[in-house]
Amino acid sequence: MKQRLKEAYNWLNERLKLDDLIEFMGKKYVPVHRHSVWYYFGGVSLFLFVIQVVTGILLLMYYKGSEEFAFESIQYIMSKVQFGWLIRSIHSWTANLFVLTAMIHMFSVFFEKSYRKPREITWLTGMLMFFLILGFGFSGYLLPWNELAYFATKVGTDIAGVVPVVGRPIMMFLRGGEDVTGATLSRFFGFHVAVFPGIFTVLLGIHLLLVQRQGMSEPLSWENEAGVPPKTMPFFPNFLLRDLLLWLIVLNLLAILAVFFPWELGKKADAFAAAPAGIRPEWYFLFMFQSLKFIPGKLWVIDGEVFGIMLFGIAGFLWMLVPFWDRKSARGEKNRLITYIGVFVVFYIILLTIVGWAL
Amino acid sequence: MIEHPQFEQRQNKRDFLKLMLSGSLLAWIGAILYPVFAYLKPPTQAEAVVSSVKAGKLTDIPLDSGTIIKFGTKPVILLRTAKDELRAFSATCTHLDCTVQYRKDFGLIWCACHNGKYDLNGRNVSGPPPRPLEEYKVNVQGGEVFISKKS
Repeated sequence: MKQRLKEAYNWLNERLKLDDLIEFMGKKYVPVHRHSVWYYFGGVSLFLFVIQVVTGILLLMYYKGSEEFAFESIQYIMSKVQFGWLIRSIHSWTANLFVLTAMIHMFSVFFEKSYRKPREITWLTGMLMFFLILGFGFSGYLLPWNELAYFATKVGTDIAGVVPVVGRPIMMFLRGGEDVTGATLSRFFGFHVAVFPGIFTVLLGIHLLLVQRQGMSEPLSWENEAGVPPKTMPFFPNFLLRDLLLWLIVLNLLAILAVFFPWELGKKADAFAAAPAGIRPEWYFLFMFQSLKFIPGKLWVIDGEVFGIMLFGIAGFLWMLVPFWDRKSARGEKNRLITYIGVFVVFYIILLTIVGWAL
Repeated sequence: MIEHPQFEQRQNKRDFLKLMLSGSLLAWIGAILYPVFAYLKPPTQAEAVVSSVKAGKLTDIPLDSGTIIKFGTKPVILLRTAKDELRAFSATCTHLDCTVQYRKDFGLIWCACHNGKYDLNGRNVSGPPPRPLEEYKVNVQGGEVFISKKS
């Protein structure tokens, strides 16, 4: 057996030069410092993405993406298909954890200023993936075609529609017509299972390739402490084994959540029912939703909603471009302003989310 | 540089080819993108233009209530106020497209999505809605309630 494996390895090695790759892996080190714990969140996000792909494909075996059958097919998965409830609950729970870990990953990179030269492209691909994750969340939310999803999608696509000039065509494109109908469901289904995963995979490939090529980012303080040899840990096997252990813990957490808090299905969408009281979006959109509630209908000459949406759009855009306007970090200097901005954003999001939850 | 007539001629030929090729490339890209964008634009469906709908018998509509009525593909809210007045408004919130409802406890039209409130004349009185709700005409003929577009 061992001989066979060795032969197989040699066969591949002759063709693919695996030895070089192993040597490269052996030279990869992970910096050890008091903020090392944040390095794990990228890996956990990757793991959650894989879970989403696997459970998503399993759900595709039974799901029907149409106005007449979408809700019923999920009912069928939840009640008739063996372990259907488990697969669907894991998919829903993982979606939420995925947004959370990606958010933590993003904020940790932001606070460490790891986006600084030479990792601008890694940050950009990461941000684009983060927006795609939100897109996954938004499009996937509609697929069960229930009451909450129906109104969430109405509001969400209408928000796109209030953006001046390009808004209306975008809204029509997203909805596949004037209103949220079965046409919208078909399009969202297509985005969710084909368009987004395709783009995401390409971005993820670039992101991971860059991480391998450039190595792990080291804290800014290391660059200033000349002479002190920095502490590191080999990536293989030390860091990888820790990664795997964490993945195992996350998988167990998911199993517990899915078993003890199975995801609800709610009531089937009805275009001629009033929006139910207490309706609110998923927690990761809650802070924006709550902000929109607080902005008055008219601000001077523009509609409050247009103002709020443009404000969030511009803020998100500037956030994505931070490696290009944070000159100080690029030069290896401390930039407190960035930290203050980050702290403000984190507090704003947490505060508005709590307010949105409680009200 | 010495002007070389042969070279200049060649350069002209080259420029011409460049123009032709880049022009063809643009036309080719356009020929691919146009059908794709046209395909993505949902076709306008011929809808039967609804100008009036029957909302039911007056006796079936309780006092101090609001009901959502199908007006073609759009929801309309029919109110019967506590003072026994019939009014109808578009049920689509002018804020972000949610469907509104009548709240007896407020005596107002209310949108659950962002806590927008309208009075019983459809005027936006509180919360984020930027405009009043569009009003519809209500007629009672032989005990039947009819809702129609205001012309």
